[in-house]
Amino acid sequence: MSPNALPIDPVLLPPDALREAAVAGHGIMPLRLSGVGLMVHGKALLADVDVTLSAGSRTVILGPNGAGKSLFLRLCHGLLAPTSGRVEWMGPAADAVASRQAMVLQRPVMLRRSVEANIRYALEIRGVAKDVVADRVRQAIEMSGLTAISRRNARVLSGGEQQRVALARAWALAPEVLFLDEPTANLDPAAVRAVEGIVHAIAQAGTTIVMTTHDLGQARRLAEVVLFMHNGRLLERAAATTFFNSPVTAAAAAFLRGELPW
Amino acid sequence: MNDLSAALATAGRLLVSFDPDLIEIVLMSLRVSVSAVLMAGAIGLPLGAVLALTRFPLRQTVVVAVNALMGLPPVVVGLIVYLLLSRSGPFGVFGLLFTPTAMIIAQCVLVTPIVVALTRQVVEDLWREYSEQLRSLGAHGLRAAMTLLWEGRYSLLTALLAGFGRAIAEVGAVLIVGGNIDHVTRVMTTAIALETSKGDLALALGLGIVLITVALLINGLVYFSRDVAERLAD
Repeated sequence: MSPNALPIDPVLLPPDALREAAVAGHGIMPLRLSGVGLMVHGKALLADVDVTLSAGSRTVILGPNGAGKSLFLRLCHGLLAPTSGRVEWMGPAADAVASRQAMVLQRPVMLRRSVEANIRYALEIRGVAKDVVADRVRQAIEMSGLTAISRRNARVLSGGEQQRVALARAWALAPEVLFLDEPTANLDPAAVRAVEGIVHAIAQAGTTIVMTTHDLGQARRLAEVVLFMHNGRLLERAAATTFFNSPVTAAAAAFLRGELPW
Repeated sequence: MNDLSAALATAGRLLVSFDPDLIEIVLMSLRVSVSAVLMAGAIGLPLGAVLALTRFPLRQTVVVAVNALMGLPPVVVGLIVYLLLSRSGPFGVFGLLFTPTAMIIAQCVLVTPIVVALTRQVVEDLWREYSEQLRSLGAHGLRAAMTLLWEGRYSLLTALLAGFGRAIAEVGAVLIVGGNIDHVTRVMTTAIALETSKGDLALALGLGIVLITVALLINGLVYFSRDVAERLAD
Protein backbone atom coordinates (compact mmCIF):
# COMPACT_ATOMS: atom_id res chain seq x y z
CA MET A 1 0.00 0.00 0.00
CA SER A 2 1.57 3.28 -1.07
CA PRO A 3 1.51 6.12 1.46
CA ASN A 4 -1.10 7.96 -0.58
CA ALA A 5 -3.40 5.00 -1.02
CA LEU A 6 -6.85 5.55 0.40
CA PRO A 7 -8.19 3.03 2.88
CA ILE A 8 -11.73 3.81 1.77
CA ASP A 9 -13.06 2.93 -1.65
CA PRO A 10 -14.95 5.89 -3.13
CA VAL A 11 -17.35 3.67 -5.07
CA LEU A 12 -18.90 2.72 -1.75
CA LEU A 13 -20.65 6.06 -1.83
CA PRO A 14 -24.02 5.91 -3.52
CA PRO A 15 -25.01 8.83 -5.71
CA ASP A 16 -27.30 11.26 -4.02
CA ALA A 17 -29.94 13.52 -5.46
CA LEU A 18 -28.78 16.55 -3.50
CA ARG A 19 -25.17 16.19 -4.53
CA GLU A 20 -26.13 15.57 -8.15
CA ALA A 21 -28.22 18.72 -8.10
CA ALA A 22 -25.23 20.62 -6.79
CA VAL A 23 -22.92 19.37 -9.49
CA ALA A 24 -25.56 20.12 -12.12
CA GLY A 25 -25.71 23.73 -10.92
CA HIS A 26 -29.05 23.59 -9.12
CA GLY A 27 -27.64 23.84 -5.63
CA ILE A 28 -26.73 26.58 -3.18
CA MET A 29 -23.20 27.18 -4.48
CA PRO A 30 -21.30 29.33 -5.29
CA LEU A 31 -20.67 31.07 -1.99
CA ARG A 32 -19.58 34.69 -2.25
CA LEU A 33 -17.98 36.70 0.54
CA SER A 34 -17.72 40.40 -0.19
CA GLY A 35 -15.90 42.84 2.06
CA VAL A 36 -16.38 40.50 5.01
CA GLY A 37 -14.99 41.65 8.35
CA LEU A 38 -15.41 40.56 11.93
CA MET A 39 -14.80 42.95 14.82
CA VAL A 40 -14.83 41.59 18.36
CA HIS A 41 -14.31 43.99 21.29
CA GLY A 42 -12.88 46.58 18.94
CA LYS A 43 -10.38 44.15 17.45
CA ALA A 44 -10.56 43.28 13.77
CA LEU A 45 -10.23 39.49 13.67
CA LEU A 46 -11.11 39.36 9.98
CA ALA A 47 -10.99 42.20 7.48
CA ASP A 48 -11.76 42.78 3.81
CA VAL A 49 -12.28 39.16 2.84
CA ASP A 50 -13.43 38.93 -0.78
CA VAL A 51 -13.67 35.47 -2.27
CA THR A 52 -16.00 33.21 -4.17
CA LEU A 53 -16.04 29.48 -3.51
CA SER A 54 -17.39 27.47 -6.40
CA ALA A 55 -19.12 24.10 -6.49
CA GLY A 56 -17.26 20.84 -6.76
CA SER A 57 -13.82 21.92 -5.61
CA ARG A 58 -11.64 20.98 -2.67
CA THR A 59 -10.53 24.20 -1.04
CA VAL A 60 -7.92 24.19 1.72
CA ILE A 61 -7.39 27.24 3.91
CA LEU A 62 -3.82 27.62 5.09
CA GLY A 63 -2.23 30.10 7.43
CA PRO A 64 -0.46 30.44 10.76
CA ASN A 65 -2.24 30.31 14.12
CA GLY A 66 -4.56 33.22 14.69
CA ALA A 67 -4.86 33.95 10.98
CA GLY A 68 -8.64 33.64 11.22
CA LYS A 69 -9.08 30.31 9.43
CA SER A 70 -11.61 28.90 11.88
CA LEU A 71 -13.52 32.18 11.98
CA PHE A 72 -13.64 32.16 8.20
CA LEU A 73 -15.19 28.68 8.21
CA ARG A 74 -17.71 29.64 10.91
CA LEU A 75 -18.75 32.69 8.93
CA CYS A 76 -19.25 30.58 5.80
CA HIS A 77 -21.22 27.97 7.71
CA GLY A 78 -23.39 30.58 9.40
CA LEU A 79 -22.29 29.99 13.00
CA LEU A 80 -21.05 33.58 13.08
CA ALA A 81 -22.43 36.69 11.44
CA PRO A 82 -19.96 39.15 9.92
CA THR A 83 -19.86 42.65 11.41
CA SER A 84 -19.27 44.07 7.97
CA GLY A 85 -19.68 42.84 4.41
CA ARG A 86 -21.87 40.04 3.17
CA VAL A 87 -21.83 36.25 3.01
CA GLU A 88 -24.11 35.19 0.16
CA TRP A 89 -25.09 31.87 -1.32
CA MET A 90 -25.55 32.54 -5.03
CA GLY A 91 -27.03 29.24 -6.24
CA PRO A 92 -30.68 28.79 -7.22
CA ALA A 93 -31.42 26.74 -4.09
CA ALA A 94 -30.00 29.39 -1.76
CA ASP A 95 -33.15 29.48 0.39
CA ALA A 96 -32.37 25.94 1.59
CA VAL A 97 -28.86 26.81 2.73
CA ALA A 98 -29.13 25.48 6.27
CA SER A 99 -30.15 21.98 5.20
CA ARG A 100 -27.60 21.64 2.42
CA GLN A 101 -24.35 22.17 4.25
CA ALA A 102 -22.60 20.53 7.14
CA MET A 103 -19.55 21.20 9.27
CA VAL A 104 -17.13 19.05 11.21
CA LEU A 105 -15.90 21.10 14.14
CA GLN A 106 -12.32 20.94 15.33
CA ARG A 107 -13.54 19.25 18.49
CA PRO A 108 -16.72 17.53 17.38
CA VAL A 109 -19.23 17.03 20.16
CA MET A 110 -20.53 13.49 20.55
CA LEU A 111 -23.92 13.02 22.12
CA ARG A 112 -24.16 10.59 25.05
CA ARG A 113 -25.54 7.77 22.95
CA SER A 114 -24.31 5.16 20.51
CA VAL A 115 -22.41 5.95 17.30
CA GLU A 116 -25.46 4.91 15.31
CA ALA A 117 -27.77 7.08 17.40
CA ASN A 118 -25.46 10.07 16.92
CA ILE A 119 -25.79 9.78 13.16
CA ARG A 120 -29.52 9.10 13.36
CA TYR A 121 -29.98 12.20 15.51
CA ALA A 122 -28.48 14.46 12.84
CA LEU A 123 -30.76 12.99 10.17
CA GLU A 124 -33.86 13.32 12.34
CA ILE A 125 -33.10 16.98 13.06
CA ARG A 126 -32.96 17.62 9.32
CA GLY A 127 -36.31 15.94 8.89
CA VAL A 128 -35.03 13.15 6.66
CA ALA A 129 -37.85 10.68 5.91
CA LYS A 130 -38.02 7.80 8.39
CA ASP A 131 -37.62 5.02 5.84
CA VAL A 132 -34.47 6.65 4.46
CA VAL A 133 -32.83 7.21 7.86
CA ALA A 134 -31.93 3.60 8.62
CA ASP A 135 -30.33 3.11 5.19
CA ARG A 136 -28.37 6.34 5.41
CA VAL A 137 -27.10 5.52 8.89
CA ARG A 138 -25.94 2.10 7.72
CA GLN A 139 -24.20 3.54 4.65
CA ALA A 140 -22.50 6.25 6.67
CA ILE A 141 -21.22 3.69 9.15
CA GLU A 142 -19.89 1.38 6.43
CA MET A 143 -18.39 4.26 4.49
CA SER A 144 -16.39 5.47 7.47
CA GLY A 145 -15.36 2.03 8.69
CA LEU A 146 -17.28 2.27 11.96
CA THR A 147 -19.20 -1.00 11.70
CA ALA A 148 -17.34 -2.68 14.54
CA ILE A 149 -18.05 0.14 16.98
CA SER A 150 -21.46 1.31 15.76
CA ARG A 151 -23.21 0.38 18.99
CA ARG A 152 -20.64 1.78 21.36
CA ASN A 153 -21.17 4.94 23.36
CA ALA A 154 -19.71 7.69 21.17
CA ARG A 155 -18.43 9.68 24.17
CA VAL A 156 -15.89 7.04 25.15
CA LEU A 157 -14.29 6.60 21.71
CA SER A 158 -10.76 7.73 20.89
CA GLY A 159 -10.15 11.08 19.18
CA GLY A 160 -9.67 9.47 15.79
CA GLU A 161 -12.82 7.40 16.11
CA GLN A 162 -14.84 10.42 17.20
CA GLN A 163 -13.53 12.37 14.24
CA ARG A 164 -14.70 9.56 11.94
CA VAL A 165 -18.11 9.57 13.61
CA ALA A 166 -18.31 13.32 13.05
CA LEU A 167 -17.44 12.82 9.38
CA ALA A 168 -19.96 10.02 9.01
CA ARG A 169 -22.58 12.21 10.69
CA ALA A 170 -21.83 15.09 8.34
CA TRP A 171 -21.71 12.84 5.28
CA ALA A 172 -25.06 11.20 6.14
CA LEU A 173 -26.67 14.62 5.74
CA ALA A 174 -25.66 14.53 2.06
CA PRO A 175 -24.39 18.09 2.15
CA GLU A 176 -23.54 20.01 -0.98
CA VAL A 177 -20.79 21.71 0.96
CA LEU A 178 -18.84 20.26 3.85
CA PHE A 179 -16.76 22.54 6.08
CA LEU A 180 -13.98 20.87 8.04
CA ASP A 181 -12.04 22.67 10.77
CA GLU A 182 -8.67 20.99 11.34
CA PRO A 183 -10.14 17.52 10.95
CA THR A 184 -6.89 15.76 11.79
CA ALA A 185 -5.42 17.93 14.54
CA ASN A 186 -3.99 15.71 17.32
CA LEU A 187 -4.55 12.44 15.46
CA ASP A 188 -1.97 9.72 14.93
CA PRO A 189 -0.83 8.95 11.36
CA ALA A 190 -3.17 5.98 10.87
CA ALA A 191 -6.17 8.00 12.01
CA VAL A 192 -5.07 10.89 9.77
CA ARG A 193 -5.01 8.55 6.80
CA ALA A 194 -8.45 7.18 7.61
CA VAL A 195 -9.91 10.67 7.93
CA GLU A 196 -8.27 11.85 4.71
CA GLY A 197 -9.63 8.79 2.94
CA ILE A 198 -13.15 9.61 4.05
CA VAL A 199 -12.77 13.28 3.06
CA HIS A 200 -11.50 12.20 -0.33
CA ALA A 201 -14.40 9.81 -0.78
CA ILE A 202 -16.91 12.49 0.18
CA ALA A 203 -15.35 14.87 -2.35
CA GLN A 204 -15.42 12.16 -5.05
CA ALA A 205 -19.15 11.78 -4.47
CA GLY A 206 -19.66 15.40 -5.45
CA THR A 207 -19.58 17.32 -2.18
CA THR A 208 -17.67 20.58 -2.17
CA ILE A 209 -14.98 20.51 0.51
CA VAL A 210 -13.75 23.57 2.38
CA MET A 211 -11.25 22.78 5.11
CA THR A 212 -8.57 24.30 7.27
CA THR A 213 -5.43 22.46 8.19
CA HIS A 214 -2.14 22.88 9.98
CA ASP A 215 -0.60 20.11 7.98
CA LEU A 216 1.17 21.16 4.78
CA GLY A 217 1.49 17.56 3.63
CA GLN A 218 -2.23 17.14 4.03
CA ALA A 219 -2.88 20.35 2.12
CA ARG A 220 -0.75 19.03 -0.75
CA ARG A 221 -2.64 15.74 -0.75
CA LEU A 222 -6.15 17.18 -0.62
CA ALA A 223 -6.19 20.73 -1.99
CA GLU A 224 -7.28 21.78 -5.45
CA VAL A 225 -7.57 25.42 -4.43
CA VAL A 226 -5.61 27.06 -1.62
CA LEU A 227 -6.70 30.12 0.34
CA PHE A 228 -3.84 31.62 2.34
CA MET A 229 -4.75 33.75 5.34
CA HIS A 230 -2.58 35.86 7.57
CA ASN A 231 -3.53 38.29 10.36
CA GLY A 232 -7.21 38.13 9.55
CA ARG A 233 -6.77 38.84 5.86
CA LEU A 234 -7.06 36.65 2.83
CA LEU A 235 -3.74 37.15 1.09
CA GLU A 236 -3.83 34.56 -1.68
CA ARG A 237 -6.22 32.40 -3.60
CA ALA A 238 -4.62 30.08 -6.11
CA ALA A 239 -4.69 26.62 -7.62
CA ALA A 240 -2.87 24.29 -5.25
CA THR A 241 0.09 23.54 -7.52
CA THR A 242 0.58 27.22 -8.30
CA PHE A 243 0.47 28.16 -4.64
CA PHE A 244 2.92 25.52 -3.51
CA ASN A 245 5.35 26.15 -6.39
CA SER A 246 5.26 29.92 -6.54
CA PRO A 247 3.51 31.75 -3.72
CA VAL A 248 3.02 35.41 -4.51
CA THR A 249 3.21 37.06 -1.10
CA ALA A 250 6.24 37.08 1.16
CA ALA A 251 4.10 35.82 4.07
CA ALA A 252 2.97 32.76 2.11
CA ALA A 253 6.53 31.99 1.04
CA ALA A 254 7.70 32.27 4.65
CA PHE A 255 4.83 30.06 5.77
CA LEU A 256 5.72 27.38 3.24
CA ARG A 257 9.33 27.48 4.38
CA GLY A 258 8.10 26.92 7.91
CA GLU A 259 9.20 30.36 9.08
CA LEU A 260 5.83 31.57 10.32
CA PRO A 261 4.51 30.31 13.63
CA TRP A 262 1.79 27.74 13.01
CA MET B 1 -26.04 5.83 75.66
CA ASN B 2 -29.01 3.86 77.05
CA ASP B 3 -31.31 5.83 74.81
CA LEU B 4 -29.22 5.01 71.78
CA SER B 5 -29.02 1.28 72.38
CA ALA B 6 -32.69 1.15 73.27
CA ALA B 7 -33.43 3.05 70.08
CA LEU B 8 -31.42 0.62 68.00
CA ALA B 9 -33.28 -2.28 69.59
CA THR B 10 -36.63 -0.60 68.97
CA ALA B 11 -35.74 0.16 65.38
CA GLY B 12 -34.65 -3.41 64.81
CA ARG B 13 -37.85 -4.74 66.35
CA LEU B 14 -40.02 -2.38 64.30
CA LEU B 15 -38.26 -3.29 61.10
CA VAL B 16 -38.16 -7.02 61.64
CA SER B 17 -41.78 -7.27 62.75
CA PHE B 18 -43.04 -5.19 59.83
CA ASP B 19 -45.06 -3.18 62.32
CA PRO B 20 -48.19 -2.17 60.35
CA ASP B 21 -48.28 1.34 61.81
CA LEU B 22 -44.67 1.88 60.92
CA ILE B 23 -45.18 0.55 57.39
CA GLU B 24 -48.13 2.88 56.96
CA ILE B 25 -46.08 5.87 58.06
CA VAL B 26 -43.15 4.94 55.81
CA LEU B 27 -45.43 4.44 52.80
CA MET B 28 -47.14 7.76 53.44
CA SER B 29 -43.74 9.49 53.60
CA LEU B 30 -42.69 7.90 50.33
CA ARG B 31 -45.99 8.63 48.63
CA VAL B 32 -45.88 12.31 49.58
CA SER B 33 -42.20 12.93 48.85
CA VAL B 34 -41.97 10.90 45.64
CA SER B 35 -45.10 12.60 44.26
CA ALA B 36 -43.72 16.00 45.23
CA VAL B 37 -40.39 15.30 43.51
CA LEU B 38 -42.08 14.01 40.34
CA MET B 39 -44.25 17.14 40.20
CA ALA B 40 -41.26 19.36 40.90
CA GLY B 41 -39.40 17.58 38.08
CA ALA B 42 -42.26 18.08 35.64
CA ILE B 43 -42.24 21.80 36.47
CA GLY B 44 -38.59 22.40 37.25
CA LEU B 45 -36.78 20.60 34.42
CA PRO B 46 -38.42 22.56 31.58
CA LEU B 47 -38.28 25.79 33.60
CA GLY B 48 -34.57 25.31 34.34
CA ALA B 49 -33.85 24.61 30.67
CA VAL B 50 -35.73 27.73 29.61
CA LEU B 51 -33.86 29.79 32.19
CA ALA B 52 -30.56 28.40 30.89
CA LEU B 53 -31.21 28.95 27.19
CA THR B 54 -33.14 32.21 26.99
CA ARG B 55 -31.97 35.75 27.50
CA PHE B 56 -34.34 38.36 28.88
CA PRO B 57 -34.09 41.47 31.02
CA LEU B 58 -33.59 40.75 34.73
CA ARG B 59 -32.52 37.17 33.93
CA GLN B 60 -29.59 37.42 36.35
CA THR B 61 -31.98 38.55 39.07
CA VAL B 62 -34.25 35.59 38.42
CA VAL B 63 -31.27 33.21 38.54
CA VAL B 64 -30.11 34.63 41.86
CA ALA B 65 -33.66 34.54 43.23
CA VAL B 66 -34.13 30.89 42.25
CA ASN B 67 -30.79 29.98 43.78
CA ALA B 68 -31.80 31.75 46.99
CA LEU B 69 -35.16 29.95 47.02
CA MET B 70 -33.27 26.66 47.35
CA GLY B 71 -32.94 27.62 51.01
CA LEU B 72 -36.62 28.34 51.59
CA PRO B 73 -37.51 27.58 55.23
CA PRO B 74 -40.03 24.70 55.22
CA VAL B 75 -42.16 26.26 57.98
CA VAL B 76 -42.59 29.41 55.94
CA VAL B 77 -43.62 27.40 52.89
CA GLY B 78 -45.98 25.42 55.12
CA LEU B 79 -47.50 28.61 56.45
CA ILE B 80 -48.03 30.09 53.00
CA VAL B 81 -49.54 26.91 51.60
CA TYR B 82 -51.68 26.71 54.76
CA LEU B 83 -53.01 30.22 54.13
CA LEU B 84 -53.71 29.41 50.48
CA LEU B 85 -55.51 26.14 51.22
CA SER B 86 -57.37 27.07 54.42
CA ARG B 87 -61.15 27.44 54.25
CA SER B 88 -60.92 31.21 53.94
CA GLY B 89 -58.00 31.08 51.48
CA PRO B 90 -58.23 31.34 47.69
CA PHE B 91 -58.12 27.56 47.21
CA GLY B 92 -60.20 26.76 50.30
CA VAL B 93 -63.10 25.40 48.26
CA PHE B 94 -61.08 22.32 47.34
CA GLY B 95 -60.90 21.28 50.98
CA LEU B 96 -57.29 20.16 50.66
CA LEU B 97 -55.91 21.26 54.00
CA PHE B 98 -54.81 18.37 56.26
CA THR B 99 -54.74 15.92 53.34
CA PRO B 100 -51.75 14.19 51.74
CA THR B 101 -52.38 16.35 48.64
CA ALA B 102 -51.69 19.49 50.66
CA MET B 103 -48.42 17.94 51.86
CA ILE B 104 -47.44 17.08 48.29
CA ILE B 105 -48.12 20.66 47.20
CA ALA B 106 -46.05 22.10 50.04
CA GLN B 107 -43.09 19.81 49.39
CA CYS B 108 -43.35 20.48 45.67
CA VAL B 109 -42.98 24.19 46.42
CA LEU B 110 -39.88 23.39 48.49
CA VAL B 111 -38.28 21.13 45.89
CA THR B 112 -39.06 22.98 42.65
CA PRO B 113 -36.46 25.77 43.19
CA ILE B 114 -33.79 23.13 43.75
CA VAL B 115 -34.67 21.37 40.51
CA VAL B 116 -34.89 24.65 38.57
CA ALA B 117 -31.58 25.98 39.90
CA LEU B 118 -29.60 22.78 39.36
CA THR B 119 -31.17 22.16 35.93
CA ARG B 120 -30.32 25.71 34.91
CA GLN B 121 -26.69 25.13 35.87
CA VAL B 122 -26.42 21.72 34.19
CA VAL B 123 -28.08 22.83 30.94
CA GLU B 124 -26.11 26.07 30.80
CA ASP B 125 -22.81 24.19 31.16
CA LEU B 126 -23.85 21.68 28.51
CA TRP B 127 -24.93 24.47 26.16
CA ARG B 128 -21.47 25.99 26.36
CA GLU B 129 -20.04 22.69 25.09
CA TYR B 130 -22.80 21.78 22.64
CA SER B 131 -24.04 25.06 21.19
CA GLU B 132 -21.95 25.21 18.01
CA GLN B 133 -22.48 21.52 17.27
CA LEU B 134 -26.23 21.69 17.77
CA ARG B 135 -26.55 24.88 15.75
CA SER B 136 -24.48 23.32 12.99
CA LEU B 137 -26.73 20.25 12.95
CA GLY B 138 -29.76 22.52 12.92
CA ALA B 139 -31.18 21.86 16.39
CA HIS B 140 -32.78 25.04 17.74
CA GLY B 141 -35.20 26.05 20.47
CA LEU B 142 -37.31 23.28 21.93
CA ARG B 143 -35.36 20.59 20.08
CA ALA B 144 -32.04 21.83 21.48
CA ALA B 145 -33.52 22.09 24.99
CA MET B 146 -34.84 18.53 24.87
CA THR B 147 -31.49 17.28 23.60
CA LEU B 148 -29.60 19.03 26.40
CA LEU B 149 -31.97 17.71 29.09
CA TRP B 150 -31.41 14.20 27.76
CA GLU B 151 -27.65 14.72 27.54
CA GLY B 152 -27.64 15.90 31.14
CA ARG B 153 -29.86 13.08 32.36
CA TYR B 154 -27.39 11.67 34.88
CA SER B 155 -26.64 15.03 36.49
CA LEU B 156 -30.34 15.88 36.47
CA LEU B 157 -31.12 12.62 38.24
CA THR B 158 -28.79 13.80 40.99
CA ALA B 159 -30.69 17.10 41.09
CA LEU B 160 -33.94 15.19 41.58
CA LEU B 161 -32.29 13.14 44.32
CA ALA B 162 -31.21 16.33 46.07
CA GLY B 163 -34.83 17.45 45.90
CA PHE B 164 -36.00 14.12 47.28
CA GLY B 165 -33.53 14.40 50.12
CA ARG B 166 -34.95 17.76 51.05
CA ALA B 167 -38.55 16.57 50.80
CA ILE B 168 -38.21 13.36 52.79
CA ALA B 169 -36.23 15.09 55.54
CA GLU B 170 -38.29 18.21 56.12
CA VAL B 171 -40.83 18.41 58.91
CA GLY B 172 -42.05 22.01 59.09
CA ALA B 173 -44.14 22.17 55.95
CA VAL B 174 -45.86 18.78 56.22
CA LEU B 175 -46.58 19.37 59.88
CA ILE B 176 -48.37 22.67 59.22
CA VAL B 177 -50.39 21.66 56.16
CA GLY B 178 -50.81 17.97 57.06
CA GLY B 179 -51.41 18.22 60.75
CA ASN B 180 -49.75 14.89 61.65
CA ILE B 181 -53.09 13.10 61.82
CA ASP B 182 -52.69 9.43 62.73
CA HIS B 183 -53.45 7.11 59.79
CA VAL B 184 -54.11 10.12 57.51
CA THR B 185 -51.22 12.51 57.24
CA ARG B 186 -48.61 11.15 59.61
CA VAL B 187 -45.19 10.79 58.01
CA MET B 188 -41.83 9.78 59.45
CA THR B 189 -40.58 13.25 60.30
CA THR B 190 -43.79 14.40 61.96
CA ALA B 191 -43.99 11.12 63.86
CA ILE B 192 -40.43 11.61 65.09
CA ALA B 193 -41.26 15.14 66.25
CA LEU B 194 -44.35 13.88 68.04
CA GLU B 195 -42.67 10.92 69.78
CA THR B 196 -39.83 13.18 70.88
CA SER B 197 -42.18 15.68 72.46
CA LYS B 198 -44.08 12.82 74.10
CA GLY B 199 -40.80 11.67 75.60
CA ASP B 200 -40.66 8.36 73.75
CA LEU B 201 -37.09 8.99 72.62
CA ALA B 202 -36.47 5.34 71.75
CA LEU B 203 -39.33 5.19 69.28
CA ALA B 204 -38.34 8.59 67.87
CA LEU B 205 -34.76 7.49 67.32
CA GLY B 206 -35.95 4.20 65.90
CA LEU B 207 -38.04 6.06 63.36
CA GLY B 208 -35.03 8.27 62.62
CA ILE B 209 -32.94 5.23 61.80
CA VAL B 210 -35.69 3.93 59.52
CA LEU B 211 -35.82 7.33 57.81
CA ILE B 212 -32.10 7.33 57.14
CA THR B 213 -32.22 3.74 55.91
CA VAL B 214 -35.03 4.53 53.48
CA ALA B 215 -33.16 7.54 52.12
CA LEU B 216 -30.03 5.41 51.73
CA LEU B 217 -31.94 2.64 49.96
CA ILE B 218 -33.54 5.02 47.48
CA ASN B 219 -30.25 6.74 46.68
CA GLY B 220 -28.58 3.37 46.27
CA LEU B 221 -31.34 2.19 43.97
CA VAL B 222 -31.08 5.27 41.76
CA TYR B 223 -27.30 5.10 41.70
CA PHE B 224 -27.41 1.43 40.75
CA SER B 225 -29.96 1.91 37.96
CA ARG B 226 -27.98 4.86 36.63
CA ASP B 227 -24.87 2.72 36.60
CA VAL B 228 -26.68 -0.01 34.67
CA ALA B 229 -28.13 2.54 32.24
CA GLU B 230 -24.71 4.02 31.60
CA ARG B 231 -23.27 0.60 30.88
CA LEU B 232 -26.14 -0.29 28.58
CA ALA B 233 -25.45 2.91 26.62
CA ASP B 234 -22.03 1.57 25.70
